[in-house]
Amino acid sequence: MSKKLIDSGNAAAAMAVQLAAAEVIAAYPITPQTPLTEKLSELIAAGEMDAEYVAVESEHSALAVCIGAASAGVRPFTATSSNGLLYMSEQLHWAAGGRLPMVMCVVNRGIGAPWSVWNDHQDAISQRDTGWIQIFAKDHQEIVDMTLKAFRLAELVHIPVMVNYDGYYLSHTYMPFELPEAAEVRAFLPDYDYKHTLSPEHPESLNTVTLPDARNDINGVKQGSYMDIRHNLHQEMCLAMDVWEEIDADFQQRFGRGGAPILDPYCCDDAEFVVVAMGSIANQFRDVVDRLRQDDGLKIGVLALQMYRPFPIARIAEALQSFKGVMVCEKGLSYGNQGALYADLKSALYPYPARPRLHNFITGLGGREIRTDDLYLALKTACLQDDLTTPVQNDTPQWIGLQL
Amino acid sequence: MQKEFPQMIQIRWHGRGGQGAITAAKVVAEAAFKSGYTGVVMAPTFGTERRGAPVSTSLKISRAKIYDLSPITTPDIVVVLDHLIINEVDVTAGLKPGGLLVINSPRPVQEHQLPGYRVAVANVTKLGIEAGLRKGIVNSGIIGALSKASGLLDIDMLTRCIADEFAARKPEDNARSAQLAYDATQISEPNKGDAHA
Amino acid sequence: MPDPRFKVLTSASTSGPGDAGRTGSWRVERPVIDYSRCTPAKSGKPSCHLCWLYCPDNVVSKAIEPTIDLEYCKGCGICAEECPVEAIKMVSEEEFIAGGNDE
Repeated sequence: MSKKLIDSGNAAAAMAVQLAAAEVIAAYPITPQTPLTEKLSELIAAGEMDAEYVAVESEHSALAVCIGAASAGVRPFTATSSNGLLYMSEQLHWAAGGRLPMVMCVVNRGIGAPWSVWNDHQDAISQRDTGWIQIFAKDHQEIVDMTLKAFRLAELVHIPVMVNYDGYYLSHTYMPFELPEAAEVRAFLPDYDYKHTLSPEHPESLNTVTLPDARNDINGVKQGSYMDIRHNLHQEMCLAMDVWEEIDADFQQRFGRGGAPILDPYCCDDAEFVVVAMGSIANQFRDVVDRLRQDDGLKIGVLALQMYRPFPIARIAEALQSFKGVMVCEKGLSYGNQGALYADLKSALYPYPARPRLHNFITGLGGREIRTDDLYLALKTACLQDDLTTPVQNDTPQWIGLQL
Repeated sequence: MQKEFPQMIQIRWHGRGGQGAITAAKVVAEAAFKSGYTGVVMAPTFGTERRGAPVSTSLKISRAKIYDLSPITTPDIVVVLDHLIINEVDVTAGLKPGGLLVINSPRPVQEHQLPGYRVAVANVTKLGIEAGLRKGIVNSGIIGALSKASGLLDIDMLTRCIADEFAARKPEDNARSAQLAYDATQISEPNKGDAHA
Repeated sequence: MPDPRFKVLTSASTSGPGDAGRTGSWRVERPVIDYSRCTPAKSGKPSCHLCWLYCPDNVVSKAIEPTIDLEYCKGCGICAEECPVEAIKMVSEEEFIAGGNDE
């Protein structure tokens, strides 16, 4: 029997990791991730989870332990936030380049300096080019479901997966969710199997130095070198989008939830305008959109982006190309340029002749309160601007909620 | 007895760090969920957490899923775990006209009257001790006062959830504390308080 | 010369009491100075003042008899730790509370 309960987002993540039967947990505590790893250590200590908890002295080591565990054919899990993720950065590239299947929860938090323990997306966004798959949850149910699906995806495509959820807004907030039954999860998630599992039966050296050119191995078989290996990572990462959809379809059949694994539209069918966002703010926008439709008669919808890397170029361009206006609202940016998601999305739309007018909004950095009224006003203004069809597009990010 | 409530009911809790306001809100969230509300969101406001400093937490309860996780600005109900906080924090900020203020206070309800609001008072600190709790444990008791004053959730469901939450820390005494506060809660209706407080 | 076009906004605050409000209420232990051991107090000369130097909230006065602003002292105990002659003791705040008034 599945179980319905109410608890925090961190607890939801921990219970999903327990259901996924991760075998090695290595993590270093950092706000707001801490209660997640505390819960896992409690479950292990109480004998409710058969895993090895490796206490480490840093995030770099946490991921190194997971890399070791994955190489040895054991299902690892780690979690972090903010500067902890940045401290892992070198190992992030290593895990992806080594094609090591693993899942990490990133409980999104702003990056210092100055210090902030509160939410934004700069931690994940700054690590978007590491070769990890990055998915974003909007609520606790998605934390649970995405985490379970992420284990299967990572292990099928041999690419590590980062499950992102908003610090505090989700991590420390209590809301209801459903946990599937352990036996059903076991049927959904096959045993861990890394293609190059270290074993005395068939010894291998992993991630050895590569020369600039491809070479023949000891058996005379041509083996790719650095550039070929990296090209393959890119190709297969893009292919992972299809696999993610297949996994979601299977999950939906088994558990009755899913159907929007990459793009989750709300009120988009008849819409002229759409707001694009990632994480819990995409849900907040549903209320904003309801109000804009009801009070102002604006045909507007929300498109939640559930998968940020690989970036669903074709899917998102196809979904957005016929709208009149698209507002991209994000909690991070590429400093000196624009919001990273905005730039990605704009580039995806380039080939389409009738592309929509675009707006970029930055909000909620370092936990700055995201007032629903402010979002309402920003969207309303943008929609009305779009009706004027002024020829010049303002590409400068507009900041919602500045106090200076 | 269950009343009809507006689409979403918003409760803001004020307490001091270490006093258990978040735990109290969590218990009520659990009880609401078990009573059939599908939309329940309890979001603590986190600042520089430290013992003794004023803290607050938001609880939204609805029959439908809740999508807006932003903090409550216009509560229907405000719960205050320590009446001295009223001197430090504007606890009624944004409280809807006719809204309910539930206070743990040793003073009678007449001394807490506020024009335009319903006010409910119980000496939860004293009743907690009577129930067998250590001095200063007020987060279970205040739930009883909230239940009595709001009629929002059934006291039996609440005391069951209290006993579950405090399973390892005097579950019966905590549940009894809520029941005692429920029975002792005094309520002042807005019209009666319209003169001078 | 700094370029006036640049504000260079950072999170930097001037050292001083009150940056986070009346932080004295955070205190669990209170620093108490024994002037019979304190170097400047004993010598009558402006000397040592390591308590003043190390206090992260600048609540210790640089006086012949250093004093601590208890409105803002959080009770971190760094002064007591740094005092080279162990003239500062951390004393539980409970010892300063008279009676057990609930309110």
